[in-house]
Amino acid sequence: MSVGTRTAEHPPGTPPDRPDERAPRESHARDWRGLGWGFLVKLALMAVVNAGGVLAILSAYQVGAWVVLGALVVLLAAADWIYFARRTLPLKYMFPGLVFLVVFQMFTLGYTGYVAFTNYGTGHLGSMQQAVDAALIQDERQVEDSPEYPLAVVRDGDALGFAVNDDGTVRVGTAEEPLETVGGAQVDDRGTPVAVPGWEVVPRAQLFSDADLQAEVVALRVPVSGDAEDGSLRTREGSTASVYTSRLEWDPAAQTITNTETGAVYSPSDRGQFVTEDGERLAAGWYVNVGFDNFVRAFTDATYAGPLLKVAAWTFAFAILTVLTSFGLGLLFALIYNDPRIRGRKILRTLFILPYAFPAFMSALLWRGMLNAEFGVINDWFFLGANIGWLSDPWLAKIAILWVNLWLSYPYWFLVTTGALQALPGDVMEAARVDGAGRWRQFRSITLPMLMVSTAPLAIASFAFNFNNFTIIYMLTGGGPAFSGSSTPMGSTDILISAIYQISGVSGGRADYGLASALSIVVFVVIGVISALAFRQTRKLEEI
Amino acid sequence: MAAVETPVRTGSTNRPTRARRARWWADVGWKYPVGLVIIFYAVFPLVYALSAALNPNGSLAGSSSLFRTIGLDNFAALGDTMYWTWVTNTLVIGGIASFGAVLMGAAAAYAFSRFRFQGRRASLTTLLIIQMFPQTVAFVAVFLLLISLGNVIPALGVNSRIALICVYLGGALGANTFLMYGFFNSVPREIDEAARIDGATHSQIYWRLIMPLVTPILAVVALLAFISAFGDFILARIVLTSEENWTLAVGMYQWVSNQLTSRWGLFAAGAVIGSIPVLALFLSLQRYIVGGLSAGSVKG
Repeated sequence: MSVGTRTAEHPPGTPPDRPDERAPRESHARDWRGLGWGFLVKLALMAVVNAGGVLAILSAYQVGAWVVLGALVVLLAAADWIYFARRTLPLKYMFPGLVFLVVFQMFTLGYTGYVAFTNYGTGHLGSMQQAVDAALIQDERQVEDSPEYPLAVVRDGDALGFAVNDDGTVRVGTAEEPLETVGGAQVDDRGTPVAVPGWEVVPRAQLFSDADLQAEVVALRVPVSGDAEDGSLRTREGSTASVYTSRLEWDPAAQTITNTETGAVYSPSDRGQFVTEDGERLAAGWYVNVGFDNFVRAFTDATYAGPLLKVAAWTFAFAILTVLTSFGLGLLFALIYNDPRIRGRKILRTLFILPYAFPAFMSALLWRGMLNAEFGVINDWFFLGANIGWLSDPWLAKIAILWVNLWLSYPYWFLVTTGALQALPGDVMEAARVDGAGRWRQFRSITLPMLMVSTAPLAIASFAFNFNNFTIIYMLTGGGPAFSGSSTPMGSTDILISAIYQISGVSGGRADYGLASALSIVVFVVIGVISALAFRQTRKLEEI
Repeated sequence: MAAVETPVRTGSTNRPTRARRARWWADVGWKYPVGLVIIFYAVFPLVYALSAALNPNGSLAGSSSLFRTIGLDNFAALGDTMYWTWVTNTLVIGGIASFGAVLMGAAAAYAFSRFRFQGRRASLTTLLIIQMFPQTVAFVAVFLLLISLGNVIPALGVNSRIALICVYLGGALGANTFLMYGFFNSVPREIDEAARIDGATHSQIYWRLIMPLVTPILAVVALLAFISAFGDFILARIVLTSEENWTLAVGMYQWVSNQLTSRWGLFAAGAVIGSIPVLALFLSLQRYIVGGLSAGSVKG
């Protein structure tokens, strides 16, 4: 029977909101037992959530992140509605998980789809305005006759600034505030300011020892005056500052950048760059929608298409062979050792599955060392000290990866198939035996088909997992050895996900988020097709 | 396949012993030496790692002869590295991520299993579809998302451990709800109904009745979530940029990846220590994990 989803949720004094309630209830006035601890805890939690949410919203407003701000407002409003309304019981239980799911999984999936159609990456980061700022800064040169001002780095809380000695008067400014004269400052005999009222002078020693601070100081630009034409003060070594100006000039009305020296006019192109009419470009760009360009590039561009095809073929081969070999070996062991006449089966079983219990990334790194051509134990013990380049020859590296992955994953299949074998109905086997079927016949016609019913979905899941098994590839070979005569950062053992990692440049190097995301979409499509097959196989949906 | 021949070992003592023994070897006996071969295949890399950890030499070269010299130098040397910081980070990140995964997954499974609401079927189907697409493939988007979030909330930016936990939690609902949903359904509904008639609220039923009854699946999900956070490399690598925030996977990769400065002894010692908790957990909860495995989760 279906009892209502919400009972005992009525606050005092309200009529029951389900008039069809069968048993007449006690009067709600008598039901009143105070607010209760649960409610107080909820109130406290919600107070914390609201406080944090409002802080985050204010912070988003300050930095002008409108999308984040909108999302925060929606989430916070939803949280308050769900936890204080009475008609939202299921959501009360699902909301926290849903928030994380929506933000960190569904959004990222969708965002991958968006980035795949842009040219987001090195040279195309951020918005057009950011590109303009970057272009102006990149073009800044030291003014040739600029005097060198003795300089001290000063700070006020988090804000870093420069204090310079301009012919006897000390002037201070930060990135936002142009230089202003400060009275009462002291300078030493070389003219460097040593004490500035209202500011804390950063000691030179600290500047030398703190690399982060150094980077911040070198990047700091203090406007000389309110007029951008006057340029800004910068320093290279932290003891003197000089005036830098940019030759480029941004005209917001015409949306063009003019080089004041050469007279060249750069206007925005539909590829997210500033170009002159003769085709000369500025390095800084912004990202724009490029349609199917990334996909076209992946399949036709000579530098990518060839290697990517090889990578895709190896990805399928790797995933299929891994599942076949480990399934086969695991099943073989299970058949042999699922035998009640063997003593010590428990110990055998525990020892057999040890590779699976060992953390996978450590196994891969361990094998990387063991397969080392010069010093590795594999060559030393089993190949008489021969210098076999297991990880440096394209084919041997592939074999090594399959071998290591077999070692890693046969225990999984050993466990699964042992369980499945024990669940097989005994009477069918019995009947086959009575009918005179031999061992092989029994295995072929009865054991294997029945086993496949329960293990085929797992095999498909395992295929999908290995299709994206970044850890083993990256830890064991790093995708190498690199394709000879190719400029792409891909190698002969790279699978799609590790190739995406190399192309994306998230770990350094040239970034191409657009192409990487386009390839992620390709992977998603493959996984989607496989999952659809798995769905049809298992009819898992019917269980819901 | 197992008992093709009827067990002969126990019965008929009047049979010639030699024939019986030959038969035993053909049926069962050969499985022991083969077992030894399999054990060698399974265990020798691990034994080798232990030997390398105990070898004070510390380099890959000359660690081929097992247990020739034994010393704890490598273990002591771990103290001079960031190893223990990484262990702490891994435990904290994995611990919080798995705790959160259990809480959120259980709550969602409870809602799906016990409440009938509009869109329930559709949400379950959506979850099932979403969980097919692993977060790791969308790592570029995760990276870009964290960059923008970090501008607003620094704790959720790149190089924050909290951000990494949040990313892991994003995958929690999809991966675990189904495992738990099935188990929650196996708890008889009559239990809640009886409690409800006695005046228990939905939250009392959840915390005091259901949760104790589903502890086994909570343990499995906690373990699987912990192991997957422990073994994750790609997300940890792109989110955590500075050395003091690294997890074991990122840090130990750094030790071994560079051929020239490869710190083999340190790695082996670190691997021995780092794998012990996982090995212990895994082997002691083996029975439960096998159940979880057949339900479709693949260890990372």
